[in-house]
Amino acid sequence: MIDFILNNQRIKTAAPPGTAVLDFVRKQRQLTGMKLVCKEGECGACTMLVGEWLNDRMIYKSMTSCIMPLVNAHGKHLLTIEGLSAGDLTPIQQAMIDTTGTQCGFCTPGFVVSMTGALLNSRHTNTENFLEAIDGNICRCTGYKSIERAIGKIVDDLREKQLDNDLLALINANYLPAYLADIPTRLKAIASEFPKANTDAKAIRLGGGTDLYVQRPNEMYEADINPVFSRPDMREIKIENGVCTFGAALTMGDLYHSPTFQKALPNSDYLFRLLSSTQIRNMATIGGNLVNASPIGDFTILLLGLNAAIELRKERDSRWIDLKDFYLDYKKMDLQEGEYLMNIRFQLPENPGHFYFDKISQRKYLDIAGVNSAMTLRLEEDKTIAEMHLSAGGVGPIPQYLTKTIESMLGQQLTETLLDKALQVLQSEISPISDARGSADYKRMALRQLVIAHFLKVDENIYPVEKLIGA
Amino acid sequence: MNRKMSDKERKLNIDAAFHVTGRTKYLDDLPEWQGTLFAKVFYAPKAHGEITKLDYTKAAQSDGVFRILSYKDIPGENQIGGIIPDEPLLAETELHFIGQPILLILADSELQAEKAKSLVEIEIKEKEVIVDPKEAFEKGELLHASRTFTLGDTNAAFEDCAHVFSGEVASGGQEHLYLETQGAYAFPQNRGSIVVHSSTQGPTAVQRTCARILGVSMNQVEVDVNRIGGGFGGKEDQASPWAAMVALAAFVTGRPVKYILSRHEDLQMTGKRHPYKSEYKIGFDEDLKIKAYEATFYQNGGAAADLSPAVMERTLFHATNSYSVPNVSVTAHGCKTNLPPNTAFRGFGGPQGMFVIESALHNAARKLGLPFHQLQERNLLIEGMEFSYGQIVAEAKAVDCWDQAKRQYDLSRWEREVETFNAKNKYQKKGLSLMPVCFGISFTNTPMNQARALVHVYSDGSVGVSTGAVEMGQGVNTKMVQVAAHAFGIDSQRIKLENTNTTRVANTSPSAASATADLNGKALQDACNQIKDRFTAFIKRALQLKAEDLVGFKEEQVFINNKKVDWPWEDLVNKAFLARENLSAKGHYATPKIHFDKSKEKGHPFAYHVYGTAITEVTVDCLRGIYHFDAVRLVHDFGSSMNPGVDLGQIEGGLVQGMGWMTLEDLVYNEKGELKSGTLATYKIPDANYAPDVIDVQFLETDGHDLAILKSKAVGEPPLMYGIGAYFALTNAVLAFNPNANLTYEAPMTTEKLLMALYS
Repeated sequence: MIDFILNNQRIKTAAPPGTAVLDFVRKQRQLTGMKLVCKEGECGACTMLVGEWLNDRMIYKSMTSCIMPLVNAHGKHLLTIEGLSAGDLTPIQQAMIDTTGTQCGFCTPGFVVSMTGALLNSRHTNTENFLEAIDGNICRCTGYKSIERAIGKIVDDLREKQLDNDLLALINANYLPAYLADIPTRLKAIASEFPKANTDAKAIRLGGGTDLYVQRPNEMYEADINPVFSRPDMREIKIENGVCTFGAALTMGDLYHSPTFQKALPNSDYLFRLLSSTQIRNMATIGGNLVNASPIGDFTILLLGLNAAIELRKERDSRWIDLKDFYLDYKKMDLQEGEYLMNIRFQLPENPGHFYFDKISQRKYLDIAGVNSAMTLRLEEDKTIAEMHLSAGGVGPIPQYLTKTIESMLGQQLTETLLDKALQVLQSEISPISDARGSADYKRMALRQLVIAHFLKVDENIYPVEKLIGA
Repeated sequence: MNRKMSDKERKLNIDAAFHVTGRTKYLDDLPEWQGTLFAKVFYAPKAHGEITKLDYTKAAQSDGVFRILSYKDIPGENQIGGIIPDEPLLAETELHFIGQPILLILADSELQAEKAKSLVEIEIKEKEVIVDPKEAFEKGELLHASRTFTLGDTNAAFEDCAHVFSGEVASGGQEHLYLETQGAYAFPQNRGSIVVHSSTQGPTAVQRTCARILGVSMNQVEVDVNRIGGGFGGKEDQASPWAAMVALAAFVTGRPVKYILSRHEDLQMTGKRHPYKSEYKIGFDEDLKIKAYEATFYQNGGAAADLSPAVMERTLFHATNSYSVPNVSVTAHGCKTNLPPNTAFRGFGGPQGMFVIESALHNAARKLGLPFHQLQERNLLIEGMEFSYGQIVAEAKAVDCWDQAKRQYDLSRWEREVETFNAKNKYQKKGLSLMPVCFGISFTNTPMNQARALVHVYSDGSVGVSTGAVEMGQGVNTKMVQVAAHAFGIDSQRIKLENTNTTRVANTSPSAASATADLNGKALQDACNQIKDRFTAFIKRALQLKAEDLVGFKEEQVFINNKKVDWPWEDLVNKAFLARENLSAKGHYATPKIHFDKSKEKGHPFAYHVYGTAITEVTVDCLRGIYHFDAVRLVHDFGSSMNPGVDLGQIEGGLVQGMGWMTLEDLVYNEKGELKSGTLATYKIPDANYAPDVIDVQFLETDGHDLAILKSKAVGEPPLMYGIGAYFALTNAVLAFNPNANLTYEAPMTTEKLLMALYS
């Protein structure tokens, strides 16, 4: 039985655990406010808020219900547009009306829910947070400006009423329905035990489902599932002796908002924003990102650039290997049958400023990179390269740790000439192909530019890029 | 007559409160009838060939499958071509594009139908695949006759030109990406008739197509459209096949049949904006006035004509955009390729034509060594000039918009700021561009410029309005409510907009060509006026007024000679009802003055033109080849806007959509005709961050145009073409970084093309 609260109603269902939440809510609960648009988590029209009682407080996160497995709703509170529209219009809804922030209306419920998520989930409710909250919502009609004007009105209203993310105050101000106050008590009444592990070897180990539900949606509906999303023993994070260790079931959103991770990699806000969208970050687990073995996975490239290691478990056995040794060939990993990814760890960069991540994509947010790259670099006072890790995605069959390029630079003084040589080595150890994300020539050029961009952050005069014109 | 709207009416959007609470019902939200069958299409896996084997016995026997239909099950004609009958609903033996429907699988659930699809066995003898329009032209593969518009004598004029330039230009396709995918739901009725709920912009097109497929007359098919979740032209003609399929299935099985396309199916099977390849030659005199312009357009029509002939025609109409050109010769070829048949998309061929002349001017300005906008400005369209199609330029606003934009946004200061920024920043460069637009309003096919409306005044004073307009987000329902409220002088709360339904309003033109509010609004005014005339006669009789006394309706009251009498609207209606007056009326409107003779390619096809000028600023990160739009500031000719909120939304939305077409939106087919951007992960449209930081829209103050509804000019399509400015802002930033850059004038300017250009 999957047991959860949908808006103001307790649901216990024997529906297949792999059912997409959107299908369940629309077809079995007849709530049609969430729209089916893409089934890829790419548009946000099916956004809902998922509430969880964690560390003595309710945490609500926006997620795209089209690719969320029903089993991941167990023990949680799902809040849809209908659940937010129990009484009078909320100030968010009113603002969207006042600014004509809605045209055909198909995307609108998703926007309203995402904005409400900003209220519940942000540290501050300023314009920037609201814009971030809609980074996974697409509208084809408005050009977004009227929606931004609505956000302006909402922020003004919050400021005027001196509201932050306090639940009761937001209820009193009609931003949220009153029944939200009782949800914690009601959630605690739900058997809080985690859904039983499915030990069948063929069962699919399922995290957030953000890739499996895009690649194999029909298969997932009837699949045997071994859920690990929200599994408590896979969600821990700590820093000990300069090493950050964290569980594979943590989501990108968890890390983004984790004070511990912020300590491990300060100023990483900008970097998380480049990874997918708010909704997907709230669902996608780090473990899933790594074992998906996509040659272009942003977080994989980021961890490779930190020279991270991973812990693989099989029943009681555990082994740690470097992430750079994990990928063998396209979608092939050093992963034995029955083995699974449990933890990830990396050495904190000596100086937080010495870590760089960059990507080029057609669209800045919620887009798969054409090419991405990360680098850790430690220089001696005389500019000798004492430590260096460099990774790149989109330039070969696997997420690549650029061993040869690193070797060509390590122990030497950082100069324009050295970089020129290294850029040549770089071209020799990558093998991009032409595909929908660009031609092989472009990817070669783009990676060259990203590597230069890393070094320009180290020293803005190290390399006169304009010399490459016509080269 | 032109009463300005009250604040309350300005704010009104009759759908907004339902949208924001998720209560608006779209096609897929209708309650499902018991016994509904779900349809899925099995489509061509290869772009060109002949079916040598098709076996679906296994599929037919799989779980939950009720029946599989092929072209053999069609009782009528297997034909859906609207302009030219060249497209079957279900393929017989020849396959012409990947995604061409072959079989319709009917099952108890979508998933079961989907699974059955993979059990169909097909073998195909493959033939040569063409995806490039020029290649198609060279091989004689044309969908319909080529056309040429001429004015003056270009050959003679080029002889006298001081400067002549020529070049090639290409623009890409564009996926509509209406958020609501295509779909339809059909219910069998008594006596063999069918009701079809369709997500369409063209209810009558759906009705006609269904009747043709079923082999019944049009009155046997009722099409109902509640509203649609975006259309942008994609549901003008291409909503029909899915509707015809479910109608066929309901007809054959006697059960309700529903088919909502998945996004993947929609992307694969439907046509898009036409990609174009073009060649041009442009000549200037000593004063840099354009003397002659020649262009040849190769339109990539896909595998069937669809609306391509009409789209191609509009390319010719708008080939000279907003410029005065005395000698013109423009030719267009509709080329047949093995892509899904391309179709209407906001702008309808106009943007493709305009991009070519803008590229020609940009290239000329660069070669002549003067700023692009100076060359544009010198040639702006002026009153009394002749368009290549014979219409004389009247009420021209090109210069007004341009001048107001320059003045209001202080262009010279803006340019200095950009120059200063570029001098200070090595790897960040800004680019600025101006984009003038002149767009003709009316269906270029004159007979389509007509509309009907039905108005019922109920005995309690409430009003029901039906028109042929389909609400797709453009706010036409709101505008229709305003028109009726204005006509009767009553509160808009009294008025209900009915679904668009072919049994209430027949023979509709599609909601397209930016003309929906004009045509249907004027028809609605006609219906309201008929009822008002009856009220007036009734009041005169009842109050024994003189013939010359003036009866008026406003503020929910009757006015006689501008004095209020104590006859509130409800009393008036009730009295008229008891006196057995007719409280219903059917209105009709046909746009006057317009005509076009295709044999001469001359006439007066447009009711009026809409003008504007947009200034775009972009900042390019020259290290990474990525960019961000800082601002688009524009002046637009709304006439006298009847709903500034709705109209502003059309401008902002159209602009951003046009920018997407020019930059982000990269529709990729490989040489086998396979769509390589067939997911939302690979085909990117603008998001909130992509949209310019600032969009500033100023209204050009004019009295409006009599042929526009309440003098409020059409606003749907024109703003899309402001997006073309995005391309040239980017090119200008590239030139600031690399003055010798090799520019190819191939849109979209993807990050790949941008980086390559920066370092070329």
